Amino acid sequence: MHAQQISIFLENKAGRLAEVTGILAEAKVNIRALALADTSDFGVLRLIVDDNQKAENALKQGGFTVSKTDVVAVEVDDRPGGLHHILELLQNAGINVEYMYAFVQHSGANAVMIFRFDQPEEALKVLRADGLTVIEGRRLYTM
Amino acid sequence: MIYDVEYETMPREALEAIQLRRLRTTLERVCATVPFYRERMAAAGIAPRDIQRLEDIRHIPFTTKQDLRDNYPFGMFAVPMDTVVRIHASSGTTGQPTVVGYTARDVNTWATLMARALVAGGASANDIIHNAYGYGLFTGGLGVHYGAEKLGASVIPVSGGNTKRQILIMRDFKPTVITATPSYTLHLAEVAEEMGVSFKDLSFKFGIFGAEPWSENMRQEIERKLNLTAVDIYGLSEVIGPGVAIECHEAKKGLHIFEDHFLPEIIDPATGEVLQPGQTGELVFTSLTKEAFPVIRYRTRDITSLNPEPCICGRTHVRMNRVSGRSDDMLIIRGVNVFPSQIESVLMETSEVAPHYQLVVDREENLDTLTVRVEVGEKLFSDEVRQLQALERKISKNIKEMLGVSAQVKLVEPHTIQRSEGKAVRVIDNRKI
Repeated sequence: MHAQQISIFLENKAGRLAEVTGILAEAKVNIRALALADTSDFGVLRLIVDDNQKAENALKQGGFTVSKTDVVAVEVDDRPGGLHHILELLQNAGINVEYMYAFVQHSGANAVMIFRFDQPEEALKVLRADGLTVIEGRRLYTM
Repeated sequence: MIYDVEYETMPREALEAIQLRRLRTTLERVCATVPFYRERMAAAGIAPRDIQRLEDIRHIPFTTKQDLRDNYPFGMFAVPMDTVVRIHASSGTTGQPTVVGYTARDVNTWATLMARALVAGGASANDIIHNAYGYGLFTGGLGVHYGAEKLGASVIPVSGGNTKRQILIMRDFKPTVITATPSYTLHLAEVAEEMGVSFKDLSFKFGIFGAEPWSENMRQEIERKLNLTAVDIYGLSEVIGPGVAIECHEAKKGLHIFEDHFLPEIIDPATGEVLQPGQTGELVFTSLTKEAFPVIRYRTRDITSLNPEPCICGRTHVRMNRVSGRSDDMLIIRGVNVFPSQIESVLMETSEVAPHYQLVVDREENLDTLTVRVEVGEKLFSDEVRQLQALERKISKNIKEMLGVSAQVKLVEPHTIQRSEGKAVRVIDNRKI
């Protein structure tokens, strides 16, 4: 039930992000969601794309350090308190969110959040038990 | 196997008799033909006939890289140019290049020594040798090439670069021996992995690596990644090129110096005093058979020690230990001596891999600063910034603990540290002193 995210190591230098988007454009890979975490020297770019293998190959060819990370895509009620409800559930279960970011598309009336957990299997159990919808990778990439 | 049983296993006494005879001949020749050596020895008040025993060599002045530069390009040649058949030169990245010449007999001597080295490293006439040392002014490529042909092996003169093509050649031509710099070899392994080619499916048995300092940890990593036995080779163009010393694959414990052609000494780099076997210092060479470019007590700047103990392979030639640094690579940072090889060991111990790295030294407001740039490959990478920052801190802490200097660690993208002739540029010193 996991989705896969492509993570890329980037130095904090002008033009590096454009280098990545250029490679992906050339490989005809569509970016579905994107988040960048950075320090003063380097950053980690996280991407959800429509074709992981194609993206990974193209970026490696381009000389980038790339890895695949399991993340969980969860439907969130698009109303005040929707995200808070999920975070509270996880906190009560003792599960840490390493990071999260929003997916561009809605799933029906719901927003979609991408989560990276320290205990993904536990997290899935907690989310499901509460009746929340977890979107599997195959559907997410082409949503 | 031993290529030249007579000379490589000669009893020490006979070997030393040959060394003394050849040393005196060499000294007589350079005094007759090279003004630099004639004037130096005259100034020191010593003549070739004063050399009665090998130990007497300590009365002869040293030759340094600066002396070679001062006589640029051909001033140190001991024969007329019409008998020189080959010219090589060092890269000159740190100054004027050093130019060396070879007569036809020198080229033949070199090929024979390289053939000895290849056999010591595990090769035979039946092998296909993938020679990824650069061809050109650099002695690596052609040195190995002539030795491989002399041995009767099949040599693929692939040279450095064009890495993807190299992987395809390895897959299709099935070479059994590889010769390359260790840093380029690890790069080959990375690229092969990216291309989905496993060295387990290739045909390599032995690898002969050198032309830059490397460590025991790197050997283990190369042996594991390339699925072969790796040995260290040593040489420098001023002495002849690759094939001055080689590790035997039987012991893999120190490099046998071809003492019938080169006389080694270890000196204290600060005082010039000759040190005893086992003591660590700067390696000095005197060539015993070279015609075009003899060198007398040439200071290599390489730091090592000599091991005279007998070896299980049967060779009687003394072994030099792995070069642990260079006396001129040595950085003094806030009064602390730092060798790049020490930083390399820290990186190995911290990350369990051999990342490419570079030391950048600056001076800000009269204070030296050391920055260690480390390339982030897949093994080091994490999707969590926190983990990457923790890695930076851990490396920095270990450097502080083991070397006693503060260093800022900076993670950089792969392939961003410059390579020159396949050698990584390990040190950039921006200090204006």
